[in-house]
Amino acid sequence: MATEVCRPAAARTAAPRPAPRRRLPLGRWALDAVVLGSFAIVILVPAGALAHQVLAGGWRPFAEALAAAEVRHAFGLTLAITALASIINTLFGVAFALVLVRQRFWGRALTDGLVDMPFAVSPVVAGLMLVVLYGPEGWLGRGLEGAGIRVIYAMPGMVLATMFVTLPFIVREVVPVLLELGTDQIEVAYTLGASRWQTFWRVTLPLIRWGLAYGVTLTIARSLGEFGALLVVSGDLIDDTQTATLYIHDGIESFQPDRAYAASLVLAGLSFGLLVGMDRIRARLAVRDGVQE
Amino acid sequence: MSRTSTAAAPADLMLRGATLSYLGVMVALPMLAMGVEAARPGVAAFRAALSDPFAWHALKLTFATALIMVVIDVVLGTATAWVLVRHAFPGKGLVNALIDLPFAVPTIVTGVMLVVLYGPASVVGTILGRYGWGVVYHQPGIILALLLVTYPFVIRSVQPVLLELGRANEEAAATLGAGPWTTFRRVTLPALRPSILTGSALAFSRALGEFGSVVLVAGNRPMKTQTAPLYIFGEIEGGNRHEAMVVSVVMLASSLAILIVLNLIQRRRGGVDGH
Repeated sequence: MATEVCRPAAARTAAPRPAPRRRLPLGRWALDAVVLGSFAIVILVPAGALAHQVLAGGWRPFAEALAAAEVRHAFGLTLAITALASIINTLFGVAFALVLVRQRFWGRALTDGLVDMPFAVSPVVAGLMLVVLYGPEGWLGRGLEGAGIRVIYAMPGMVLATMFVTLPFIVREVVPVLLELGTDQIEVAYTLGASRWQTFWRVTLPLIRWGLAYGVTLTIARSLGEFGALLVVSGDLIDDTQTATLYIHDGIESFQPDRAYAASLVLAGLSFGLLVGMDRIRARLAVRDGVQE
Repeated sequence: MSRTSTAAAPADLMLRGATLSYLGVMVALPMLAMGVEAARPGVAAFRAALSDPFAWHALKLTFATALIMVVIDVVLGTATAWVLVRHAFPGKGLVNALIDLPFAVPTIVTGVMLVVLYGPASVVGTILGRYGWGVVYHQPGIILALLLVTYPFVIRSVQPVLLELGRANEEAAATLGAGPWTTFRRVTLPALRPSILTGSALAFSRALGEFGSVVLVAGNRPMKTQTAPLYIFGEIEGGNRHEAMVVSVVMLASSLAILIVLNLIQRRRGGVDGH
């Protein structure tokens, strides 16, 4: 009896199901096609077009373009600025993240918001702000110029501009990791007699290292590619203050684009490498989260 | 908390003092300097600089292109996040990794890519030009550049929320007889709305200030393809620093307003998550 009752019931629920299920994939494929098609148009095709443009004539012209003295000088300057800005921002980023998470003080919410400001500022506006402040007639620039220190149209201004646009990255990556960590392990370290310095190096830093690594990678990627702020601040003097991105801009504007294309491909390759690194780091972060849960 | 009271140590105070001073000199002081210098010649001069037809057109063009871009971003970004979370297809891991490419690739390189692909000398540019469609040195080029640069924002904002959401509510709606579209509109979309808003606000704010990719693609034609950042740069180059500062202040105020709204949204979402 029971089976006789059951069977029609099962049949009734099973019968209407296949129909909508069979109709669904069409819409699903259409959605997939739109999404993947737009991904290809927006990301893959432009990247492929650049690679094709540079490498269509073979590797030799590419290598020759990169061997040119201005190109090497421009990349050298870019790497130097990136290194300086990343080191300074790493020190500040970790220190400020610690202050934001572990200290309570008046105006904390305001400073928390202030850190994000560089993300909201156009690079050109960032450059202009630095010119207003550090330019030859600027608030601070006048005094510095008197002391013989040139900031704008020189290396210090370019490092400052890069530091400004990349300032939030490390703070924003380290703060959530510190928040999640809590203070238990720190308290234990103190209880066991570790000094602040020891606690930082032996406990805090190892625990935040993947978040920090992610923030540093973002900082490096943005520093390598910074353009608008540097254009305003550098004065764009060939050789002297020409970074890789400024070199590319000049090449395209002066209608001698071949070396600019080659330099673009190198920068794109570098950023692709950083992207792979970011992906690895994110996988590490996910693993750690999984373990904690 | 207990540590700050027991050990409100000189080391803590020094660290706080040093980082806050750094933040002040690096971020607050430049903003303050520009604000003060822009306001110095008075309200009338400020208004005159803003009502310059070139400045006004540049601002309008910037907001219009960013608005068109953000609408496309919302639809495409939500659809992409949906496909990445809910569908399986070969090469999904690769697509998922490459979505962040615009975060890593320098904006000037993005501009170069688009010029190579759509420029007047390129194959695609020639074909489009035959039908009278200009991309590079025209307004569609600006929107295309903005789309590329802001591509990951909405996707990366929606994706984790969709992943966490699960399908229980959707299945309940389907059991109650709702079609897939109704389920999406009435059940899924309301849950995704805060993350879509966050992603699109970030994308919009980024698009307002975008310079590197637009400078090559737009060709900087005043009253045609000159966006606000291009106008600001042109005025700096031309030695009209006051005009540049006034438009900069307007841009800065717009971005600030967006950031504040974003903060409010996130706070509300935080409250919802807490329940």
